[in-house]
Amino acid sequence: MIKLDSKVPAGPIAEKWTNHKFNMKLVNPANKRKYDVIVVGTGLAGASAAATLGELGYKVQAFTYHDSSRRAHSIGAQGGINAAKNYQNDGDSVFRLFYDTIKGGDFRSREANTYRLAEVSTNIIDQCVAQGVPFAREYGGTLANRSFGGAQVSRTFYARGETGQQLLLGAYSSLNRQIKLGNVQMFHRREMLDVVIVDGKAKGITVRNLLTGEIESYAAQAVILATGGYMNVYFLSTNAMLCNATAAWRAHKRGALFANPCFTQIHPTCLPVHGEGQSKLVLMSESLRNDGRVWVSKKVNDHRPPNEIPEDERDYYLERRYPSFGNLAPRDVSSRSAKYVCDEGRGVNGGRAVYLDLSDAIKRLGANVIKEKYGNLFDMYQNIMDEDPYKVPMKIYPAPHYAMGGLWVDYNLMSNIPGLFVAGEANFSDHGANRLGASALMQGLADGYFIIPYTIGNYFGSEKPTKADVNGSEFQESKQQVKEITNKLLSINGKQTVDEIHKKLGHLLIDKVGMSRDEAGLKKVISDIAELRDEFWHDVKVVGKGEELNQTLEKAGRVADFLELGELMAVDALNRDESCGSHFREEHQTPDGEAVRNDKDFAYVAAWEFEKVGKWNLHKENLEFEFVELATRSYK
Amino acid sequence: MGWFSKFINSSIGKKFIMAVMGSFLMIFLIIHLIGNFTLFFGPNAFNGYVKTLDSIKPLIRVIEVVLLAAFVFHIYYGTLLWWENKKTQGGKFIGKYKINGSKQNSSFSARTTFITGSIIFIFLVLHLGTFFWRFNVYDPQNLAENHQYFVIVNEFFQIWWYVALYVIAVILLGYHLNHGFQSAFQTFGWNNKKYFPFIQKTGTVYAIIMALGFASMPIYFFFFYGGNL
Amino acid sequence: MTNTNINLTLNIWRQESADAKGDFEQFKVTVSSDASILEMLDELNNKLEKEGKIPIAFESDCREGICGTCGLVVNGHPHGPLPKIATCQLHMRNFKDGETLFIEPFRATAFKVIKDLIVDRSGFDKIQQAGGFVSFNTGSAPDANAIPIPKEIASLALDSAECIGCGACVAACKNSSAMLFVGAKVSQFALLPQGQPERYERVMNMVAAMDEAGFGSCTNTYACEAECPKGISVTNIARMNRDYFMAVIKK
Repeated sequence: MIKLDSKVPAGPIAEKWTNHKFNMKLVNPANKRKYDVIVVGTGLAGASAAATLGELGYKVQAFTYHDSSRRAHSIGAQGGINAAKNYQNDGDSVFRLFYDTIKGGDFRSREANTYRLAEVSTNIIDQCVAQGVPFAREYGGTLANRSFGGAQVSRTFYARGETGQQLLLGAYSSLNRQIKLGNVQMFHRREMLDVVIVDGKAKGITVRNLLTGEIESYAAQAVILATGGYMNVYFLSTNAMLCNATAAWRAHKRGALFANPCFTQIHPTCLPVHGEGQSKLVLMSESLRNDGRVWVSKKVNDHRPPNEIPEDERDYYLERRYPSFGNLAPRDVSSRSAKYVCDEGRGVNGGRAVYLDLSDAIKRLGANVIKEKYGNLFDMYQNIMDEDPYKVPMKIYPAPHYAMGGLWVDYNLMSNIPGLFVAGEANFSDHGANRLGASALMQGLADGYFIIPYTIGNYFGSEKPTKADVNGSEFQESKQQVKEITNKLLSINGKQTVDEIHKKLGHLLIDKVGMSRDEAGLKKVISDIAELRDEFWHDVKVVGKGEELNQTLEKAGRVADFLELGELMAVDALNRDESCGSHFREEHQTPDGEAVRNDKDFAYVAAWEFEKVGKWNLHKENLEFEFVELATRSYK
Repeated sequence: MGWFSKFINSSIGKKFIMAVMGSFLMIFLIIHLIGNFTLFFGPNAFNGYVKTLDSIKPLIRVIEVVLLAAFVFHIYYGTLLWWENKKTQGGKFIGKYKINGSKQNSSFSARTTFITGSIIFIFLVLHLGTFFWRFNVYDPQNLAENHQYFVIVNEFFQIWWYVALYVIAVILLGYHLNHGFQSAFQTFGWNNKKYFPFIQKTGTVYAIIMALGFASMPIYFFFFYGGNL
Repeated sequence: MTNTNINLTLNIWRQESADAKGDFEQFKVTVSSDASILEMLDELNNKLEKEGKIPIAFESDCREGICGTCGLVVNGHPHGPLPKIATCQLHMRNFKDGETLFIEPFRATAFKVIKDLIVDRSGFDKIQQAGGFVSFNTGSAPDANAIPIPKEIASLALDSAECIGCGACVAACKNSSAMLFVGAKVSQFALLPQGQPERYERVMNMVAAMDEAGFGSCTNTYACEAECPKGISVTNIARMNRDYFMAVIKK
C-alpha cells in the first residue's frame, strides 16, 4: 500500500525551506564524486539541474532526444519569468507572489511548495543575469519589468518575446561548462523508454538510441526526470512536435503516481486553427494582453471586417465581466470566456476566434513603442496569418498549452519511488489547477538550480544508495520489455498511420476534456479512448525497422502512451466533481458562469497509481492551507 | 606551437594576413596609378617620373621586396583558404545544391575573388615580364640614357591583344578590389552598422577609380595616341 | 488568409545514411496555401506511410522558428527564399501553382547527412562547450541589479543572443564557415559586463573549436547574414575578429 507523505517540514511558511535546508543531510565534497545522477531531459529544469549537480561534484549523465540540448521546448516560452524582486516598488513580495500563484491555481497546490517557488524566484533572476542573459533594461541600466495575467504588480522579467530562449541558452551554457569540465556526460538523440527499479529504488534508465535504434542501459544512484509536459496528448497544442509523455508515463507504469492529470491549461492567446493539415498551434505571448483589448461583435454571425464594426457594437467581454483585472484575467478565465462567446456564434465571422486589438495602444504609444515591445510577435503573426496586425486586429483562440498535472512528488521533488526525482513541467507540484503566466520558466529553473541539488544530497546522505549493475537482471528485463513494445508496434501493419490515430485522440480530448467538461461527456470519452486504443494496437501502421533512425516508430511509441494517459485525464476529470481553475465542470458553476469549487470534498491532490492499462487506484494527498485562507477566486 | 604560428594557422589569422597584405597592395595601387598618370603628360613627364624613382633606387628595392612579400603572402593564403574551404563544402556524399541560391544572398565580386584573383595573377606575371623586366633587367642602362621608357610603354600599348588583356585584367581587378576594400575593414573588425555602408561605398568608388584609371592608359595609347612620338 | 490549393512538383533529397549516395525523388502534391512547408511534408509522409513506403526523414520541433531544429534548403536557399524565417515558418502561399521545388539538406562537410534531410550539427555544441559560457557556480550570483547595463547594450547583446543555432549560416556559406554562429555567441558575452573576465580566453577557445570541427574560413560574402532566419548581423563576425586579435596580443 502506498502511503503519500508530502514531507512538508513543520514551522512557519517563510522558514520552512531555510530550516529544511539546514536539517537536510549533506554529502561531503569528496564523496559526491561517488554518486552518479541521471538527468533525463535538458530543458530549463533538466539543464539547470545537470549543470548545478555537476558544479557540486556529482557525476552526471544527461540525456535528450534532441540533437542538442538547446532545442528543448522551454525555448518556446515568449513572455517572461516572474520573480518577487519588487524592483518596481509596487508592493510585490515573496508572499504576494506566493499568494497570487496559490490563488491563480485555485487553491489546488501545495502551500509549502508554492511558497518555496516564490522564495527562490529572486535567486533565479540573479543567477540568469550573472550567466549573461540579456534581459530587457530601463534607460538607467536596471532591469525592466512588465505585468502578466493574474497579477496586479509588475514582476515579469523578459527578453523581448524570447525569454524562454534566453533562459534556456543560459542553462545550456552552464551545462556546456560542466561538459567541458568533465562533470557532465551528455547523451544526445536518446529517448528514455523505461526507468529501471532495483529493490524498490530508481537505479537507472533504458533508452533507445534514435540514430541506430539500439536499446541501451544506464545506471546511477538517482534518476531525475525533467521531461516536460504532456499537452501533445491533444495532438494540436502549443507544445513542440516532439514533446511527449513517454518518459513520465513509463515511470508511472513502473509505480510512480500521476497527480492531477486533468489539470491542463488551455492558453487564451494562440492563433486559430487554419485547417485539417495543421500540425501545431502557435502561441502569441500573453504579454500582448498588457496593451491589447479582447473583443467580439455583439451580433451573432457577424461577417463584417473588424474595422467596420463600430465601437458600440463591440463586446469587450473580459473588461465587461472582470472590471478589475480586465484583459489580464487569468488564463483559464480568459480561455473559457473566449469559448463561450464563440459558442454563442459571436466569434470572428461566426467561427472560433476572437479579436485581440492593440489599436488603442498603437494610437496612445505610437507604432514604434509597440514594435519595440512586441515586434517579433507581430512579425510572426503577419507571417502565419498573412495580415498586418498593425492595421487589422489579431485573431486569437485558446489552445492547449501547459500541463499542471504530472508525476506526484513530495516536498523534496522526489516521486513515491525512492531515487526518482521529477522536475519542471513533468511534476505536478506548484501550479495547482491553473498556472499563471511567466511562472513555468520560474518553476523549471527553481527546481533545477535551487531545489533538487539540495534535496538529492539529502537522499544520498540519508539513504546511501548503491549503484546497480548495468547488466543486472532488472536492466535486462527492462530492455526486453522495451524491445517487445517496439516489435509489437512494427508487426501490426494495419491501415491507419500514427498521426491519424493521434488526431482522433486529440479531437476526443479537446472536445470532452478541454475547456469544459461534464459527467456524461467524460464517461463517454473514457470508453471512446479505450476503443481508440484498441484500434491503435490492431490497426496502426508503423513502417521501417527498429534498428535504424525511424521517426514513425518514435511517434508510435509516444502515441501509444498518450492513448493511456488520455484516458487517465478523463478518469481524473470525472473523479474531480467540482470546478477549479482549468478544470471546469459544467455541473458546478454560478448562474453567471463562474467556477464553483468544492473545498470540503476535493481539497486534495488526486494521485493515481497504475494497476493495469485502463485501471488506476486513487490516492489522495489532502491539501492543508495553514497560511492562506481558502477563498473564492474572483477577478471581478 | 608558438602563439604566432597558432594565430596565422587559425581561420581568423589567415583572413588577417589576407587583409593586411591586401591593404598594403591597395595603397601601393594608389601610388602606382598616380605615378602612371604622368603618361598622359607626354614622354618627358613619364621619363622624369621613372628617373626620379631611379634616383632613390635602394629605397625602391626595399619597397619592392616588401611588395613581393605582400603579393606572395596574399596569393599563398588566398590559395590556401580557397583550397581548405573547398574541402569544407561537401565531399563524396554531400555534393552541391541543385539550385544555386548564392546570386540572391551575396555579391558577384564577393563570390568570385579567387577567380578574379587568379586572372589578375596571370596578368601580373605578364605585366612584370613586360614592363618590369624591360625597365629593370633587360637593358636598364640604355633605357635610362635614351629616355626610352615612354617608347616602350607606347610599344606595348599598340599591341591589340596586350591592350585587351590589360583592360580585362584591370576591370577584374576592380571587382576584386570592390570586395577586398570593405572586406579588409570587416576582417580587422571595423564594422559598425553606422559607418560600414560608407566604407562599402568608398570601396566601390576606389575600385572604380582603380579600374578606370589603369584601363585609361592602354585605351588612350591604343586609340588616341597612335605611334606619334 | 485565403485558403486555396496549389499543385507542386517536389524534388526531395533522399539519402540512406552518411556514406550512401543520395539522389532526388520526385513527388507531385496538392497542398493548402495556408499550410507550412513542413505540414506539406507531414501530409506527404502520411501518404507514404499509408502506402507502406518509408517516409522522408526531416527534423522539426517548435514550428515557431525559435528552436532551430528544422532546416531545409528550398530552391537553393536555407530556410527557403523568404528572408528572416525558419523553414517551419515558410508558408505555401509563397509558391505558385504548378511550381517545382527542390528540397535539400544543409550541405557541408561539417554537417554530415544522417538520413534524407537530417544532418548532424553536433559541431555547434562542441564550439559552445569550448567557451560559450560565463564561469560561475549556481548560488554565487550578486543581486541582478548590482550591475547596471545600458539599455542599448542589453538590446545589442540580445540581437546577438537571438541566434537559434540552426546552421543556416554554414549551409548558405560557400566556404561552410560557422563564423556568424560563433561571432554571435562571442559578441553576446563581449558586449556584456558579465562576459569580460573570460572575454579573450573565450574567443580563443571557441575559434579553435570552430576550426577543429571542420568549418571553413569566412571570406566576407555575407551570404550568412542574408539567409539567417534571425537576421544576425555580420558585425558580430567583425567583433569576433577584433576580439581575437586582442586575445592574440594579450594572451
